[in-house]
Amino acid sequence: MVNLTINNRRVSVPEGTTIMNAAASIGINIPHLCYLKDINEIAACRVCVVELKGKDKLITACNNKVEEGMEIFTNSPKVREIRKMNVQLILSQHDCHCATCVRSGNCSLQTISNNLGIIDVPFKEELENTPWNKDFPLIRDNTKCIKCMRCIQICDKVQSLSVWDVVNTGRRTTVNVAGNRAIENADCAICGQCITHCPVGALRERDDTDKVFAALNDPNVITVVQVAPSVRAAWGEQLGMTNAQATEKRLAATLRHMGFDYVFDTNFSADLTIMEEGTEFIEKLKNRNLNKFPMFTSCCPGWVRFVKSQYPEFVDHLSTAKSPQQMFGAVVKSYFAKKADIDPARICSVSIMPCVSKKAEAAMPQMADAGFGQDVDIVLTTRELVRMIRAESVYPLAIPEEEFDSPLGEYSGAGVIFGATGGVMEAALRTAYCLVTGENPDPDAFCEVRGLGEGPWKEAVFDVAGTKVRTATVHGLGNARKLLEAIKHGEAEYDFVEVMACPGGCVGGGGQPIHDGIEMAEDRAKELYKLDKNKNIRFSHCNPEIHTIYKEFLGKPLSPESHHLLHTDHKYRAVDQLEF
Amino acid sequence: MSRLKIATPNVAGQTVESLYKDLERMIIASPPGICPVDLALNFLRLCHAQTCGKCVPCRVGLGQLANLISDVLDGKADMETLDVIEKLARDINNSADCAIGYEAAGMVLRGLEGFREDYIAHIKTGKCTYHITQPVPCVALCPAGVDIPGYVALVGEGRYADAVKLIRKDNPFPTACALICEHPCEARCRRNMIDSSINIRGLKRFAVDHAGKVPVPECGEPTGKKVAIVGGGPGGLSAAYFLSLMGHKCVVYEMKPKLGGMLRYGIPNYRFPRERLQEDLDAILSTGIEVKYNTKIGEDITIKQLREEYDAVYIAIGAHQDKKVGIEGEDSKGVISAVELLNDIGHERMPDFTGKTVVVIGGGNVAMDCVRSSVRLGAKKSIIAYRRRKLDMTALPEEVDGALEEGCELYELHAPVRIESDEEGNVKALWAKPQIIGKIDAWGRARPVDSAKDEVRIPCDIVVVAIGQGIETRHFEEAGIPVKRGNIKAMADSEISDLPGVFAGGDCVTGPATVIRAIAAGKVAAANIDEYLGYHHLISVDVDIPSASLDDKPACGRVNLSEKEAGERKCGFEPFECGMSEEEACQEASRCLRCDHFGYGKFKGGRAAIW
Repeated sequence: MVNLTINNRRVSVPEGTTIMNAAASIGINIPHLCYLKDINEIAACRVCVVELKGKDKLITACNNKVEEGMEIFTNSPKVREIRKMNVQLILSQHDCHCATCVRSGNCSLQTISNNLGIIDVPFKEELENTPWNKDFPLIRDNTKCIKCMRCIQICDKVQSLSVWDVVNTGRRTTVNVAGNRAIENADCAICGQCITHCPVGALRERDDTDKVFAALNDPNVITVVQVAPSVRAAWGEQLGMTNAQATEKRLAATLRHMGFDYVFDTNFSADLTIMEEGTEFIEKLKNRNLNKFPMFTSCCPGWVRFVKSQYPEFVDHLSTAKSPQQMFGAVVKSYFAKKADIDPARICSVSIMPCVSKKAEAAMPQMADAGFGQDVDIVLTTRELVRMIRAESVYPLAIPEEEFDSPLGEYSGAGVIFGATGGVMEAALRTAYCLVTGENPDPDAFCEVRGLGEGPWKEAVFDVAGTKVRTATVHGLGNARKLLEAIKHGEAEYDFVEVMACPGGCVGGGGQPIHDGIEMAEDRAKELYKLDKNKNIRFSHCNPEIHTIYKEFLGKPLSPESHHLLHTDHKYRAVDQLEF
Repeated sequence: MSRLKIATPNVAGQTVESLYKDLERMIIASPPGICPVDLALNFLRLCHAQTCGKCVPCRVGLGQLANLISDVLDGKADMETLDVIEKLARDINNSADCAIGYEAAGMVLRGLEGFREDYIAHIKTGKCTYHITQPVPCVALCPAGVDIPGYVALVGEGRYADAVKLIRKDNPFPTACALICEHPCEARCRRNMIDSSINIRGLKRFAVDHAGKVPVPECGEPTGKKVAIVGGGPGGLSAAYFLSLMGHKCVVYEMKPKLGGMLRYGIPNYRFPRERLQEDLDAILSTGIEVKYNTKIGEDITIKQLREEYDAVYIAIGAHQDKKVGIEGEDSKGVISAVELLNDIGHERMPDFTGKTVVVIGGGNVAMDCVRSSVRLGAKKSIIAYRRRKLDMTALPEEVDGALEEGCELYELHAPVRIESDEEGNVKALWAKPQIIGKIDAWGRARPVDSAKDEVRIPCDIVVVAIGQGIETRHFEEAGIPVKRGNIKAMADSEISDLPGVFAGGDCVTGPATVIRAIAAGKVAAANIDEYLGYHHLISVDVDIPSASLDDKPACGRVNLSEKEAGERKCGFEPFECGMSEEEACQEASRCLRCDHFGYGKFKGGRAAIW
């Protein structure tokens, strides 16, 4: 243990502890801006400076370790002056029009500036002018970028795509797409992790809320909305609701209250995905020699973009099943429209997703299989949903809970866990087991695949009626890269692999509410597993609405109709061809 | 009343003088990779501050030039702007009244030529093509990329064996480099910004002198692959060392009876004692490398045979072929080449120069080794004949000064024209034409030209020609290995095109260079041979680097290594450089600014813990 004093209070911490964490251990908060634990400890903003007794120069608390006998002052006059000055310098190059910023109220710079009592900036405003394609789902606004470098580090260290880099030198040093590329030509997976780790409003998703408002207000348009599994675990976070209050039924009611004509659940199409993908997997297993293994899940568009640009040789390994969002879109403008006797051309199909990449997925030209424009017209992130609720001055707590609409509103516990890493795998195994053996396993038989895990990926082998199924689940694209390299080099061999681009899966998605410095994926996943546990139906193939759709419309999994609406060939090269 | 006054500098003047010195040091420590257009702009602004304000081109023109270059950097320029910049700079260059104006514009013109594509990139893309990729200056400038801040910190903590282990991760010759490395790492040391560079080599020397015997890491699982290394010098042995650690079987073919190459047969004992060389060799050989001595490629074994017998071949034969001056009388008895002389000394066949006068032709480090050796071999008089000026010599200044202290005489600006011999063909004198230093050439060196003075006769008994080395290329050409300008042609990854599995590096590819360059080439070759053999072994080391000290860094003098006094050292081939004391080493290590922790190094590229 190392003994020191911070603001004259004695503290004893293990060797190797940073000054910032030592201070936190006795309740002393040292303001910081660029610091992101384990990812960005580069001491660039110089806001976390503290005074070390006996030294002239201030030191940073985020990346320097405690030493025996240190006497640290976190609020001395010198520290106070310099910290404030450095924040003012940052503000001089930051577009401080907070009133028009999506991060207002959830901005670390705003908070620190307010906390330090900064009421003016004594420097000339110097805003960077960097053009950006505003149609791209991911928007960078360098007038707000504070060069904390977090986006570079997240993309390098966690997602291994290195989309961002430092550009220019000297006083013109800034952050932009690496290698002098435009974002639309870069191999960005649009996972949005840079957005959720940006301390300010320099990165955000393309805002599509106005398009939705327009559709809601158009009497000729029938609005149909689907809500992804993980949205329900996060939507209340920044609306002042507890998990117990922010239920999925309250969300359904709120959406209906806002004017959506039909409120459906993507969990339904998650079950549909399992029927198709599970059957596809079983069919492939039957003819092991004719098929490529492992089979990869295809429900995460960030991962699909990644594999297309980084490992094109593995594209044929992707399940041909579309993602639940796209299955849903295709079914809404066909099956549902027919059943409800609605002209599909009048439908505006909206999805609410924890994801930014879904905006790009929905816009892919071949995602229009129902024949009435794009199968999903508008994709909103959870954050955009929250902004719409605020814009409507809706107070969800005042709205009584309601059910989702039928026939696309019922779901199984297997569908809802899609939102967490391991969920798709577990759901697929539950159904695959039944497809092979004809009887249901214990719904928790495959719980081994749950959780974040220690290493780059988790593996598990299951015995499905005598057939060994070797599975791997991986989340985060850096981890996915490690897994693919291992498979490529023959160091690992699996039959079925689930990949989620975002750490923790969709619960940690790039479209989810932002809590600077806090990773929420684990807590949100717990909510989804709770829903699964409490569900009567826990198998996708037991969802009665799934039975109905096959009986009335699709026939059976992998039928020609299924192929037409629910599968895709992945031939489309996202990076090269998609125009924004 | 008084007609004249004695000028005394005031405080402001003195401060400005010291700021000039500060700026000089800041420029020395300028990090690589910064935007050259931005630099050009700011150099120009400094020049503009120097203008007296009398003349239009300088007073107004330089400012307008700066505005235009600013526009380029701020994305407000088009290609026409570039034309205006060029025209304006040329006009100022041709019309300013004094050097302040025309030289300032000249710098802009040279930039327009040298990094025009970066100007264009700024105009067309709004971005710079340069960016910082080498955040830790010493590591960036060490050809082998040795973790310098790491081992300096370890020396500061008294962990000398760990320091040696850390150095060996990138360089298996810690002792050789501790004693004779030309330390390019020190050139842009950020400490220059405060006072002067860290004595990095001195600290490495302290580490190797105090580490004791440090075992090498265990070799990896044997791969069953065999690699032939041609040449047992620093380059070949470095490749062999790393390849052995990776688990490949290495066999070194050495034409001489002992290993070390130029370290043994090119560098005299007083600079690098043989027993110290043996420390490095013992460690390297302990990885299980097999050596075939007295085996010359092209005579005892051919490249073809090696290609058949081995999975890969690394050619690192160095440059041991002497070059001739090409003057009359060069075949006289008593004319020897530097390679020959140092080779004899390396073999401990000491020529006797007692009572003789020795003239060494050349101005490089090898010439200094020859002339200083001649003193130790008993020469009555040792002379350096060099056609340029002393300050143009390529030898390290401390080598030149060392020679002069030991009593050598320097005939600078003397171009050899012929060697006079007696009727038996014995050297009697070197005739030289006095030169006058002339115009600066495109490489920035002043060219000597014949002066009006008469040729001078320098009476002597021995002439040593030390004007560079080449390689014996005939056999390699016959084996289908491309040779260009007397050097083997290899690619940047040390592969030889069209000859799969054959790699080459070091002096035989680059021409005579430094030991650390040869080591770096060996490291590069090892990595690429490993890949060629179908592996991806990684080299790392299990040494914790101490945290950076949080102490203030007040200006503090650099500890230089001392030498024995000249009278003592010239009496023999005993080493004369003295290492630091522990006190000195501690202080010197504490001067390190730890660019791996402070600054850009903490963000990107600060430490390559694995390669």
